[in-house]
Amino acid sequence: MTAAIETQGLRKTYGRTVALDALDLRVEPGEVFGFLGPNGAGKTTAVKLLLGLTRPTAGDGRVLGRPLGDRATRGRIGYLPELFRYQAWLTAREVLTLHAQLAGLPARVRDGEIDRVLELSGLAARADDRTGGFSKGMQQRLGLAAALLGDPALVILDEPTSALDPVGRVDVRAIIGEARNRGSAVFLNSHLLGEVERLCDRVAIVHRGRVVAAGALGDLLGESSVRIRATGLPAAGGGLGALAELGAVEHDDDWLTIRHVDPERIPDAVAIVVGLGGRVHAVDPGRRSLEDLFLGLVQGTQSPMEAGVDAGVDAAAGGPTGVEGDGAMIAGERR
Amino acid sequence: MTPRLVLVIAGLTLREIVRRRIVWVLLILVVASVLLVGFGVDRLVTFARADGVEELEIRIGVSQVLIMIAFMFSFVLAMSAAFLAAPAIASDVETGTVLAMLARPIRRADLVIGRWLGLSVIVALYAIMAGLLAIAVVDLVSGHVPPAPAVAVSFLAFQAVVVLTLALALGTRLPAIAAGAITVVLFGLGWFIGVLGNIAIAFDAAPLSGGSDIFRVLLPTDGLWRGVIYGLEPPLVLLVASGGNAQALRANPFFALSPPPAAFVAWSVVWVLLVLGAAIALFRRREL
Repeated sequence: MTAAIETQGLRKTYGRTVALDALDLRVEPGEVFGFLGPNGAGKTTAVKLLLGLTRPTAGDGRVLGRPLGDRATRGRIGYLPELFRYQAWLTAREVLTLHAQLAGLPARVRDGEIDRVLELSGLAARADDRTGGFSKGMQQRLGLAAALLGDPALVILDEPTSALDPVGRVDVRAIIGEARNRGSAVFLNSHLLGEVERLCDRVAIVHRGRVVAAGALGDLLGESSVRIRATGLPAAGGGLGALAELGAVEHDDDWLTIRHVDPERIPDAVAIVVGLGGRVHAVDPGRRSLEDLFLGLVQGTQSPMEAGVDAGVDAAAGGPTGVEGDGAMIAGERR
Repeated sequence: MTPRLVLVIAGLTLREIVRRRIVWVLLILVVASVLLVGFGVDRLVTFARADGVEELEIRIGVSQVLIMIAFMFSFVLAMSAAFLAAPAIASDVETGTVLAMLARPIRRADLVIGRWLGLSVIVALYAIMAGLLAIAVVDLVSGHVPPAPAVAVSFLAFQAVVVLTLALALGTRLPAIAAGAITVVLFGLGWFIGVLGNIAIAFDAAPLSGGSDIFRVLLPTDGLWRGVIYGLEPPLVLLVASGGNAQALRANPFFALSPPPAAFVAWSVVWVLLVLGAAIALFRRREL
């Protein structure tokens, strides 16, 4: 199957500044792909390269099976720029008509499509107002609507919720879900980790112009674990052997930690503890959050070189030490 | 080039100028200045007639006033063209509006040509309409009709298109304000060098006139301005000029003995196409 996006060693430099070092990516058709990184990591540069707005210094890539910037292919891509600005003197409907015309949408489906995306983005009531009077959030909704016109095979969203309030963000999640259901691949460029964690099938974390981790979210975040606070258990872990078949058990004061546990078996773990006479005060099913992973990779606990592109794909397998350290951090925060 | 997309962009440009009320500002300015011209010429003619000045002299006086007015209008027109065209692409790049558009299957050439076409239509219509209106008002109050109003306003419109092409091209790489300012300065310089060239001819200073000819080829606005004057100059003045005092008259920046040669007009058309081509090439290489 042709990948929605495929790049090899994509590089962009501006003079001596390296905006993107060597980007290797693969986004499958129909998936929601999260492209994460701190500000200045090269995310927007990567998006511009994919769309042919900027030319790569080195490397290569294909979008929907065609070379980067291919004109006909751009008709099958929807794009919400990070710097979204639309003609202030046009109404929302006129902006969408312009984009439908530029995208080459057949005239007979144009009006229906425009109504659909206006409805989807929550702008139907303001469709005939000039965009100059729109709040930033509404402009961003308009940008989303424009990006979704004509059911593109690939939707590239550069920070789609940067100007939205919490309600707007929830809406965007629904909109992206809808786009996926209609068969679009979604390339979501964001530094809002919660958003990515909720939405994306797979993610890549980019730092200093390189992918430092990539893969399915579940693989990257590692196995589930559970922490149980229980008192009244037999000393020295007597009888806890029954828990070992659920995962690796650690006992520290009142806290029992069971790693690599199947989330479905957490009630069994609690039952065993209760069966041993333990009084359960708290059950904290934990998983390394994307934030922990991200901060770990970006703040230098792992240098990009160590966690390099290849290692990144197997980050879950390669990172038990990281998981431990981070796990402790989460526990501390949650307490 | 995709004609459909060029027309979409040209239409967008026209709509922008109407929606942003620029067109109304221009119209109000024209009506106000034409009314003032009418009032001024009317006063001039009335006082002259009351003083018993010969009708022929009045005609010649009015014809020269009309050329002066055309000159001032050509400057206003050049400024308007420069400040409409300079941001046409530059501002869209600065604000990011262009990103969403160019991610669509449109060539950058289509965007540049569409912008140029829309602006050219507006600026040319404005030049022709305002020019003919001023000529009609002068005719109304003085009875003076220049020999070739159509020629005059055509050259006026052509000159404005040259200016807007330059401003648009500079705006593909420079910020809007810089592109507009450079265009206006070059336009003024062109006129000034043209005047110097005329004086040089009058005094037989060949190197100077050669220099002005070169500049006229590099930026044809002043050469086209000669076409405006020629269309407004009454035959009588031309007759006088072809007599003994011709040398001195040629130094007058508001005088043209002959229309711009056909080769020069053809070159001006080629110039516009070359600069437009350069604008496309520059914009294509631009990193967004």
